[in-house]
Amino acid sequence: MVSLSSNLLYTAFILYLIATVFFAGSIKDKNRTNRGPNRWASIGLWISIIGFIAQLGYFITRWIAAGHAPVSNLFEFTTFFGMSLVGAFIILYLIYKTPILGVFTLPVALILIAYASMFPREVSPLIPALQSDWLHIHVTTAAVGQAILAVSFAAGIIYLVKSVDQRKQSKQRFWLEAVMFGLVCTLGFIIISSTFSAMGYKAEFNWIDKNGQEAVLEYHMPALTGPNEGQLVTDGKFKPLAEMPPIINAKKLNTVIWSLASGIILYLVLRAVLRRRIGEALQPLTKNINLDLVDEIGYRSVLIGFPVFTLGALIFAMIWAQIAWTRFWGWDPKEVWALITFLFYAAYLHLRLSKGWHGEKSAWLAVIGFIIIMFNLVAVNLVIAGLHSYAGS
Amino acid sequence: MKKQRLVIRTVILLVLGAAVAYTLYANFTKDQVQKVAVGEKAPDFVLTDLEGNKHRLSDYEGQGVFLNFWGTWCKPCEKEMPYMNNQYKEFKDQGVQVLAVNVGETDLAVNKFSDRYNLSFPIVIDKDGPVQSAYGINPLPATFLIDKDGKVVKYITGEMNEATIKDYMEQIKP
Amino acid sequence: MNEVKCECGHVNPHGTVLCESCGKVLEEKEKEKKLLDMRYEGSARRSQTYNKTMIDKIWNFFSSVKVGVWLIVITLIASALGTILPQEMYIPPVMPAAEYYEDQYGWIGKVYYDLGFHNLYSSWWYLILIASIGISLVICSLDRVIPLYRALKKQRVSRHESYLQRQRVFGVSKIVETDQAFTMAKEKLKEKKYNIREENGNLLAEKGRFSRWGPYVNHVGLIIFLIGGMLRFVPGMYVDKILWIREGETKVIPETNGEYYLKNEKFILEVYDKEKDNEVFDEAIDKAGMVAKNYQSNVTLYKKSGDAVAGEEANLEKVKDFEIRVNEPLKFENFALYQVDYKLNELNKMSFALTNKKTGEEYGDLTVDLNDPQDAYDLGNGYKAEIVSFFPDFEFDENGEPVTKSRIPNNPAFVFKMFTPDNPDGEISFVAIRQTIEPFGDNEYKMAFKGVDTKNVSALTVRKDLTLWIIALGGAIFMIGVAQGSYWNHRRIWLRRVDGEVWVAGHTNKNWHGLKREIDAALDGTSIEMPEDQLQKQSEKKG
Repeated sequence: MVSLSSNLLYTAFILYLIATVFFAGSIKDKNRTNRGPNRWASIGLWISIIGFIAQLGYFITRWIAAGHAPVSNLFEFTTFFGMSLVGAFIILYLIYKTPILGVFTLPVALILIAYASMFPREVSPLIPALQSDWLHIHVTTAAVGQAILAVSFAAGIIYLVKSVDQRKQSKQRFWLEAVMFGLVCTLGFIIISSTFSAMGYKAEFNWIDKNGQEAVLEYHMPALTGPNEGQLVTDGKFKPLAEMPPIINAKKLNTVIWSLASGIILYLVLRAVLRRRIGEALQPLTKNINLDLVDEIGYRSVLIGFPVFTLGALIFAMIWAQIAWTRFWGWDPKEVWALITFLFYAAYLHLRLSKGWHGEKSAWLAVIGFIIIMFNLVAVNLVIAGLHSYAGS
Repeated sequence: MKKQRLVIRTVILLVLGAAVAYTLYANFTKDQVQKVAVGEKAPDFVLTDLEGNKHRLSDYEGQGVFLNFWGTWCKPCEKEMPYMNNQYKEFKDQGVQVLAVNVGETDLAVNKFSDRYNLSFPIVIDKDGPVQSAYGINPLPATFLIDKDGKVVKYITGEMNEATIKDYMEQIKP
Repeated sequence: MNEVKCECGHVNPHGTVLCESCGKVLEEKEKEKKLLDMRYEGSARRSQTYNKTMIDKIWNFFSSVKVGVWLIVITLIASALGTILPQEMYIPPVMPAAEYYEDQYGWIGKVYYDLGFHNLYSSWWYLILIASIGISLVICSLDRVIPLYRALKKQRVSRHESYLQRQRVFGVSKIVETDQAFTMAKEKLKEKKYNIREENGNLLAEKGRFSRWGPYVNHVGLIIFLIGGMLRFVPGMYVDKILWIREGETKVIPETNGEYYLKNEKFILEVYDKEKDNEVFDEAIDKAGMVAKNYQSNVTLYKKSGDAVAGEEANLEKVKDFEIRVNEPLKFENFALYQVDYKLNELNKMSFALTNKKTGEEYGDLTVDLNDPQDAYDLGNGYKAEIVSFFPDFEFDENGEPVTKSRIPNNPAFVFKMFTPDNPDGEISFVAIRQTIEPFGDNEYKMAFKGVDTKNVSALTVRKDLTLWIIALGGAIFMIGVAQGSYWNHRRIWLRRVDGEVWVAGHTNKNWHGLKREIDAALDGTSIEMPEDQLQKQSEKKG
């Protein structure tokens, strides 16, 4: 059952990849009849739907195998997030019929799923705090909310790729490229970790932690930054270039450095091949789109996603926290970042409604909103870690 | 009409301001809120001393009661015990009773402690903690001064020296 | 008061931009614009018009959305700051906070602590920020909902030409069969659930007006939520106590006025077992080593009957047996008891044998109940052990004297006096775990350690929160308001006859795409042309 489940996930991943190609093809297709979607786009849509169903199959089979909804660790949550994003895209596509949305949403979903698989994938049993129906109610609603909000990020990027002037130097051009670079770095992380994991790289260190205790640490990438007073135990492995003080998590820092380095290389390669900025290279894809429509898609997804997010990530969360942790609110970092996300989108809506922040400003806000969501998903679990830290590992 | 508007606005702002002020005030005094406040009637209790005699607080009405909560491991408690003992000898004939409530240690530990310091006032043990709960005790030592009508006159946390103990007993002398 | 009389005869409050009734542009500045600013229907927002007294100034400050957004953004940043390092309530109680932050995080930790960020969310300035948002919610809503209500209530079917022209969706058609076209459009709009109003042959189709109240409903919900949060500070509304209770122990439940008692029958800790549990978990269990499956306290709840005072042997009536687990609290009256912590194997009893050191012969066993040790244990035949001192949680103090750190038997130590026929005056022996000291030289006898008996201790949180229903009500109203404002759209379509032409205009508070599709469908088959999106036309011209 578990292997069937992972095969379905793999299938879904491949299908999303193919669908992206078709959506991109539909834009390049010169024989566009009228303004509606062409055959390339319809095929792309169908492939996305089949992929979505495959991933749903993954979700259901894994649920059956584990006996609980597969949203209990970072791998499961992030794949579910990716699946919801595809689901949200399909719905918005059916409303607005814009293939370009697929070209930008599906890759984000792909990166999310690939990123998820970098974390431990085994089916884990539930610790007592998680043994509740609220696990799947709260987590899935929150993920769906975040996914719908993430569509506004894709729409925001499309808007910016089209509207930012690539010919003259500006803050906008710089930051748009910075966002692209961020995405490339995530890709770099995925590539570098899967490479080393395929090679089966393992290096063990004995080291002294911040409480002065001896501990063992296993690296899965060559250690550039070694742990405090680290002694390499495994023979023939790379010796660290620098040793970190005990309060810094040398292993995580090492991963960050590797990801950044591979991100930079990948980015430079892309620049060399494309002979221009990524934002500039993507611009032709957005040639025929209507900015107002993209703006509306972005706004619409915030409007649909915000209530779902609030319900899942705050209201349901509070109900469950009251039952499991005795209080509905406890200023746990994850809770605080859910509140920050809520406040941010509340500010977005107020700025839009009352201050007339439409178009480009709104698109930038959507991008920042998504960064906050990703921060909550990645950094809060891996770096800050509080009560929700079991979601990390 | 203009006046009416000003009145409405003033009222709304005052209500909001008062609510905020209260919340801030309550937030900063929440640690000081005592379960048994000064001026209130001290909750009654019955506890047994080391000799097996029952002591009911309300039986001491008409006398001042120096009610001390303590534990053998608590250093300041240990320090003030002899002072209390000295002053108890002075004041017991003047209508001041000392009740030392141990916070639920073993009989053995309390007995040994009492023997070591030769304590003459009654020591009672609050085994499962109902009296501490009723008085909201935390941390130790904690002392309540109770007057002859059974009302709390003062609540003291932390160590006392002999002079202050004397002064306190003076205060609750009937 | 200088009210504004419109040419249609309607008298508008001072500061109105668009006539409440016919929509004519009343303010000069607005006339220069190609498209109208339709926020709040161009009604007079009072805050903007009076600014005389101090009260008005404060009012206007909080009435501004700009201020509101700033408050949200500042709160957002402040909240984020609080997550950089753990809050004081989450740090382990190994040392005072003042030392902990510097010890763990160096100078950053010190700065964090000195700035008070270790307790950020209950700091006065954070509370003031939240309170300001609350005030802003009240005032912003009051200031906008009333004029908006007036404007929507008073709107006329025949809107002024200048109003229609400046709508985003607007078009003019020259047609002959006007009546027929109107009838057809009317039917189609009715099918789409529009409310139709007619006046002098002109038409207004409107739907989803109630979605305009969504923001105000959700603000009311938030205000109720905040009031709930505020009431928590009122004494008696909120209880947060912890109750440590050993197996077999009966304790009064704090804050119940001595009314309720709880007995801990048993504490159970289960971990996942590769043999018994679902085998898909094997890999994860191997990796983690041990994964907890269940924390459970089997308890009995008692209620005191009669009016015994505190400390008196109370008459307890059993209320119920219950198994408290994580996620399954025991509830009674307004209280709930939650499983939050535990301590396994707390020492309960220790057994010793009085033993001759040379021969190893034993002269009887004794078992000390650490929660109720006896003065002396008579072993018969002239053998006796007396406890001279007992230290449940033993350590040596700075003077090298044995003392106890607490009353909990974490590390018990005894001073025994052993009486035997050989030594009728007794030998003194200090016995602690894995340690024996003979202060007065070599003894002949010793207290040989035989074994221990342990008990588990369970920690339960005692919670009462009378504000919960208010918080829940606020949350529910907020969700209703948000859904109302997000999932429904307020749409209006005007059809007006102007000198043999038909003027069509449409407005929606959001989702223009949907509005245009509906207008399209309604006009399909009539000879009225589909109106244009003027905003789109503008941007296309520009682009």
